[in-house]
Amino acid sequence: MVLAADVPFPPSVEDFFLPSIVPWGAHDSYWFTKITALVWLTSAILIVFFLTAYRKPQLVPTKSQWLAESIYGFVRNNISIEMIGPRGVRFAPYLTTLFCFILLNNFYGIVPFIQISPNSHIAFPAMLAIISYIVFISAGIRHHGFVKYFKMSLVPPAPWFILPLLIPIEFFSTFMVRPFSLAIRLFANMFAGHMLLLVFTLGGFAMLSANLWLLPVSIVSWLMTIALTFLEFLVIVLQAYVFTVLTASYVQGALAEGH
Amino acid sequence: MVLAEVVGSTAAIGYGLAAIGPGIGVGLVFSSHIQSTARQPESSRLTLPYVWIGFAVVEALALLGIAFGFIWQGTL
Repeated sequence: MVLAADVPFPPSVEDFFLPSIVPWGAHDSYWFTKITALVWLTSAILIVFFLTAYRKPQLVPTKSQWLAESIYGFVRNNISIEMIGPRGVRFAPYLTTLFCFILLNNFYGIVPFIQISPNSHIAFPAMLAIISYIVFISAGIRHHGFVKYFKMSLVPPAPWFILPLLIPIEFFSTFMVRPFSLAIRLFANMFAGHMLLLVFTLGGFAMLSANLWLLPVSIVSWLMTIALTFLEFLVIVLQAYVFTVLTASYVQGALAEGH
Repeated sequence: MVLAEVVGSTAAIGYGLAAIGPGIGVGLVFSSHIQSTARQPESSRLTLPYVWIGFAVVEALALLGIAFGFIWQGTL
């Protein structure tokens, strides 16, 4: 009941900007926040986990080796090879790293007491999308050569008089919309998920502080939060998968022969 | 004299309208997958990656709606 005193409702974009840790409590410089800490934590976990899992590879895998091998095997077989073909094995390490990084970063969104995903800030998805953008363009250039790659991806086989219309469309959709939509998709999913959980959690407190008789409704609202957390888990795994599959399909498009 | 007044953000209404299209689109993606799997169950594994790509591409529109709702909030 003490908590219900003054809960800001409805939640806003401001709720995503967490207080600064270093310098402590500052309002004009944000060198190190919970978000920064979480991203560093993800990198540390992934590096340590994969290094220790493969330190002494054994014929009968240990538990952590089994986990690492199944994650890599999943991305290698079900994403890289299935989407790109036999050539996709080269991209499996990048795609696995991408998948694990996004999955773990998203997963903070539903871990109790952490409950915010770094990917709900546009900066991190944007950076990942830029890396994927560079990867698929450079893969295309290395495979086809600079001129042939751009000719192949920009000039579709069509009558000459329609080309002035098609080339800008191809350029727009391949080189401008792709990185943008990759970043926005991941960001908006995490953003909306966090917002949804905030609405139901804070909504319960807001109703309670408005009238004590609304307690049953508040409890329903909090139960909804728990249900939505499970939905959020689905979204988290799906978005990590979708980001990886789309990157793989862009690489496939860059490597494909013909349009 | 003010006869009727609406306060608050119309962004919610806008987003509701914007979600219709992607809603139909996502429904079509999954209905096609269910239908094709019902007709030919062994094709399920083959079509599943395309289901997720199609889903993601369609869903992006709804998510753009959320993002821009906040970006343009209060600028107009």
